[in-house]
Amino acid sequence: MTIDRRPLTEQIRRNGPPPTLCEYEDRGGYAAIRTMLTEMTPEEVQREVTDSNLRGRGGAGFPTGKKWSFVPMGDDAPRPKYLVVNADEMEPGSFKDRVLLEGHPHQLIEGIIIAAYAIQAECAYIFIRWAYRRSALALERAIREARESGLLGHDLLGSGFNLTVHVHTSAGRYICGEETALLNALEGHPVIPRAKPPYPQVSGLWGKPTIVQNVETLCNLPHILAHGAEWYRGLGKGKDSGTKLYAVSGRVNRPGVWELPIGTTVREILEHHAGGMQEGYAFRAMQPGGGSTAFLTDAHLDMAMDFESLSSVGSRLGTGTAIILDDRTCPVGFVRNLEHFFAQESCGWCTPCRDGLPWVERLLAALDSGDGRPQDMDILERHVTFLGPGRTYCAHAPGAMEPLKSALEHFRSDFDRHIDERGCPWAKTGTDE
Amino acid sequence: MTKARNHSVTIHVDGRSFQADAQRNLLESCLSLGFNLPYFCWHPAMGSVGACRQCAVKQFKDESDTNGLIVMACMTPSAEGTRISIDDPEAREFRSSVIEWLMLNHPHDCPVCDEGGECHLQDMTVMTGHVSRRYRESKRTYRNQYLGSFVTHEMNRCIQCYRCVRFYRDIAGGEDLNAFGSRDRLYFGRMQDGTLENEFSGNLVEVCPTGVFTDKTLSHHYSRKWDMQSTPSICSHCSVGCNVHLAERAGIMRRVTNRYHSRINGYFLCDRGRFGYEYVNHPQRLRRPAVRPSRENSAPLISLSPAEALARLRSRLSERKRIVGVGSPRASLESNYALRTLVGREHFFSGMSIVEHRDASLILQILTDGPAPSWSIQQVEQADAALILGEDLVHTAPRLALALRQSVREQPMEQLDGLNIHRWQDAAVRTALQGQRGPLYIGSVAGTSLDDVATRTFRGSPCDIARLGCAVAHEICHDSPRISELTSEESALIREIARALASAKRPVVAVGAGTGEAWIIKAAANVAWALHRRGVAAGLVFAPHECNTLGLSLLGGNSFEQTTAIEGDRDRDALLILENDLRRRLETATLNRWLERFDPIIVIDHVDDAILDQAGFVFPASPIACSDGSLVNHEGRVQRFFSAIAKEQDVQVSWRWIQDIGRVSSLESFHAMADWTSLEQIHAAMAEDFPVLRRIGEAAPPAQFRIAGQKIPRAPHRFSGRTVLPVLETIHEPQPPHDPESPLAFSMEGTPSQPPSPLVPFFWSSGWNSNEALNKFQDEVGRSLHNEHLGIRLLEPQPDARSRFFENPPPRYERRNNQLLLVPLPRLFGSEELSARASAIQEQIPKAAVVLHPREADRLGLRKGQAVDVTAPGLTRRLPFETDETMAGGLAGLRLTPGGVSVPLPAWATLKGAPSP
Repeated sequence: MTIDRRPLTEQIRRNGPPPTLCEYEDRGGYAAIRTMLTEMTPEEVQREVTDSNLRGRGGAGFPTGKKWSFVPMGDDAPRPKYLVVNADEMEPGSFKDRVLLEGHPHQLIEGIIIAAYAIQAECAYIFIRWAYRRSALALERAIREARESGLLGHDLLGSGFNLTVHVHTSAGRYICGEETALLNALEGHPVIPRAKPPYPQVSGLWGKPTIVQNVETLCNLPHILAHGAEWYRGLGKGKDSGTKLYAVSGRVNRPGVWELPIGTTVREILEHHAGGMQEGYAFRAMQPGGGSTAFLTDAHLDMAMDFESLSSVGSRLGTGTAIILDDRTCPVGFVRNLEHFFAQESCGWCTPCRDGLPWVERLLAALDSGDGRPQDMDILERHVTFLGPGRTYCAHAPGAMEPLKSALEHFRSDFDRHIDERGCPWAKTGTDE
Repeated sequence: MTKARNHSVTIHVDGRSFQADAQRNLLESCLSLGFNLPYFCWHPAMGSVGACRQCAVKQFKDESDTNGLIVMACMTPSAEGTRISIDDPEAREFRSSVIEWLMLNHPHDCPVCDEGGECHLQDMTVMTGHVSRRYRESKRTYRNQYLGSFVTHEMNRCIQCYRCVRFYRDIAGGEDLNAFGSRDRLYFGRMQDGTLENEFSGNLVEVCPTGVFTDKTLSHHYSRKWDMQSTPSICSHCSVGCNVHLAERAGIMRRVTNRYHSRINGYFLCDRGRFGYEYVNHPQRLRRPAVRPSRENSAPLISLSPAEALARLRSRLSERKRIVGVGSPRASLESNYALRTLVGREHFFSGMSIVEHRDASLILQILTDGPAPSWSIQQVEQADAALILGEDLVHTAPRLALALRQSVREQPMEQLDGLNIHRWQDAAVRTALQGQRGPLYIGSVAGTSLDDVATRTFRGSPCDIARLGCAVAHEICHDSPRISELTSEESALIREIARALASAKRPVVAVGAGTGEAWIIKAAANVAWALHRRGVAAGLVFAPHECNTLGLSLLGGNSFEQTTAIEGDRDRDALLILENDLRRRLETATLNRWLERFDPIIVIDHVDDAILDQAGFVFPASPIACSDGSLVNHEGRVQRFFSAIAKEQDVQVSWRWIQDIGRVSSLESFHAMADWTSLEQIHAAMAEDFPVLRRIGEAAPPAQFRIAGQKIPRAPHRFSGRTVLPVLETIHEPQPPHDPESPLAFSMEGTPSQPPSPLVPFFWSSGWNSNEALNKFQDEVGRSLHNEHLGIRLLEPQPDARSRFFENPPPRYERRNNQLLLVPLPRLFGSEELSARASAIQEQIPKAAVVLHPREADRLGLRKGQAVDVTAPGLTRRLPFETDETMAGGLAGLRLTPGGVSVPLPAWATLKGAPSP
């Protein structure tokens, strides 16, 4: 495997089939696990990953090595242990896991073997949303290939380590991104998040120790093991390590997904990689990490897209997939569309989320249709506070409030105009939608 | 829950310091301290899940923290030094917002809602102060479902607290009620319309915080909670003795609700107990004395006034006749004792069949002579291993079956300490323990409702079940008799059961008397005693047949069939039958022959169906719901019940009829009871006669009990229409009915204070109009009641007794050629006499049938839909048959429904397909 600044996506062919097992192995694939299975203990793998400072790419950015450290190890640990791959990518604006799933399934499988070995899990589930049909087919084909070559199944490469990998095609709901809700879904229960503690590391799938990991996170592992933690740390630009799949959607010239050093600035991504705004559209704001992240404005364009920088201005790196709001799109309508999604995706367990989000959606709809009243702004403000962290059962409603909260800060005058002008100013001037 | 060690910690609420229990959450601590903190999804018996977000409080890190964080009190432990504020403005506003959210879709139909006036949602809404509506959209609506004759469904009112499905599925083990959908389109119901299948469905009415699930039987004669007089009573539909509140208005019994008892029913009742009350309102209930002028030609009964009826009886009893008395396991201890006093010990018979009598005496003997105590329902819930022998307890002692279902969670719960999870964190507990279950073994003749939580089950004839029990006992302690001829499979199961019980800390052996096989009871005793020899503190729990079976047995006497022992040639004796339908106990031809020996036959009862054709005199008794007295439950606990309806003209409690009959007889024994005017006098006499009953008077405060000189009012302070109710008869306000028997008054006047627990007429507290007001009657929520009297446990074991095991267990069951062993299959609805007269229950009674394993049906060449002729000693019946895969081979189950069969079972029977019509 060559040392590349784009380890995760380098082997992905644009508009071509994913690398086969042979092609992958020719370019150094599965070499890391051959070494690992013969020369490394699970503890050594955990240490290497901890040293690499890899943080979860699913949105929360939890350090991967630390997550693993909570799994009971040793002979008296409960059995079986599970590794669950969260491939239910459903964050509005996010399509980066799909690229990895469709483009290079063997890389993910190697990552799964490494993570499973590190926590000594004998069974892995890839929880993939129904709409990712092509990804599921590619994965199944790759798993078959790997199994036939002794890379999966009983006694991997004669190491005595066993691992079975199942692909579970889910009905797909946003709340499945919440790891414990995903576990409930996998067990066949209603998709409602679980109480924590117990955390999945101790009591997860069917009550057994379980790690739930995002696709992109796992795809980093083969490269960390192949080139070492130090190399990996060197890939990042700021405090964070490695590369990150960044994506941009909206009225830019070249919407897409790129693997870049983590910590690349917003401006570089937007202007250099996405090609800047389309003609006739001006940048107004962006959600840096998907639909549940707070808006950044042009004041933030020189920020590094990493975990800490974005937190410091009240937003989040999230999935690293940005959505651009331009000047010809109504921000109220934009947020209404998001809140419609979040209200629909509420699991219905706790009151504020279940009944608060639809109210928010309807208030925004009222503003949009000219039925807004000044006191509606107070109700919206109150929801921003009362659907915040700690008030609700899980992070769904707080996530849904992030764009609304920042929209109320940045676009307050636009909200007020909807009330004063009895309708959407954009609708009157005409948008291109 | 094992009795909490002292976990006292200091918590600070709004700047004041309090002692709290570290084992409990902040909501429980706040409620126990008397604070009003609103909640919905938390339930004291079901724990916390954090769904409704209603109990939000502000928590502060330390004294210097002024910002604090909103937390849910139900999800936060009461840790040492916890600082919270209930009054914090943001917390208050959040709580009011939660109500506002819930009210977005909740209909404003309180005036036409059955829950109105006792609605937890109403109370909590008022408590949070949310008043005006800001939501401008229309409300969501649903289609409601037909859920059977017990429960009404009105989904529009739902506030999605999830209590219903948590009770129904997690506690009661039901599967046909679920939460469907997601987001703000949740639906709590069944897949399709249909009767709720679970035996505890009525509890939905009480766990639902608003009017989604309401009592359908109440709605047939609806009255608001504030308009009903309510009385503490004891359920009389099985031997468990659950505590109930009976509510009445205008002489009509309106409903039954749960009356919390910390050792027995806790928060839940079964459907037979909750909906069986309508027998009291039965149009044919006896309300006038009657006389049959001639025994011949089954002349009709003629109604007479009590004085006339007694005068006629006097003329019949004048010839110094002896009276033979037949008591009743469904009559009070006092009435049975009065009968025994009048007729004398040697002429007093229990009124139980030979089988019932033998089983009850055996249970008494085991509980008084052996080292193993009888356990309360609460102790059973906390058992960490259980062995059930006999029948499906859900049909004979339903609340006991519910307790056994909970017990399987006890052993896995031991892991919680290691996981740092509190027991009240219900969602976390269920996640951590998943489907893990502790040991529960069941030996039965057919599948049972607890099979889904059983570790393993064993099916066989009653004899085989008894042998299994004895073999387990022998495996635990070799002094117990050995069982021969076991298969290797049986031996493996026996070793497994023995190991599970012997390694448990609190194992219990539960036995129903419903199979009719005495050896099953003996086998249970052998197991419990064997465990005691091994130093394991095992408990026993029995399910005798009726509500006062054990009480009646304590009074001695023989089974009534044994009256043949009496010499009676000189003249026919008089027969006095107390609240007993002897046709249920003895096959008709034998009974009729036996009755020939008596004249006149006097019956005291309230059930018209129980009156024999031969009865010459009938006196209308007040049923348990309308009278005062004591019952002894399955564990030997004596409890008091009080009359829920004022005395009706011409109707009186049985012991008073017995006294009246004594007065017109020429029996000398009458003098012993001549002066009785109150239960207290009877109790004194009983205490003298029976050392075991010496404390019977302490079961509840006596009739003279007063609080500051006042009686305890049955009617709430908001009772309305007092002067309107009798207006068609009189425009004058009548005196409230007199109640000399108890400290309770049929009135809204009386003490405003909380009485001792046996006298609490209803749960109601300022701002708490629903049954959740119970919190205000407990020392700590979910624990003991204020001023708690638990009743008196009469039977305590001999801890040091080295009782002899029952020897000579029965041989292996051998099938006979062309015959099957006919075994009883009691049913929750139909097998109990009184509840079967309630109209809502009648809709749920299954048809009488013979139940066979499909293989046996094939062997008999039975075709679907064909009837079966069943012939056994004293029995010839044509019945439909049903097949059941879970039925043990070689047996035929007889489903016991009203008008069932009155021969001793099990019995060998010949079954033949009936010729097609």
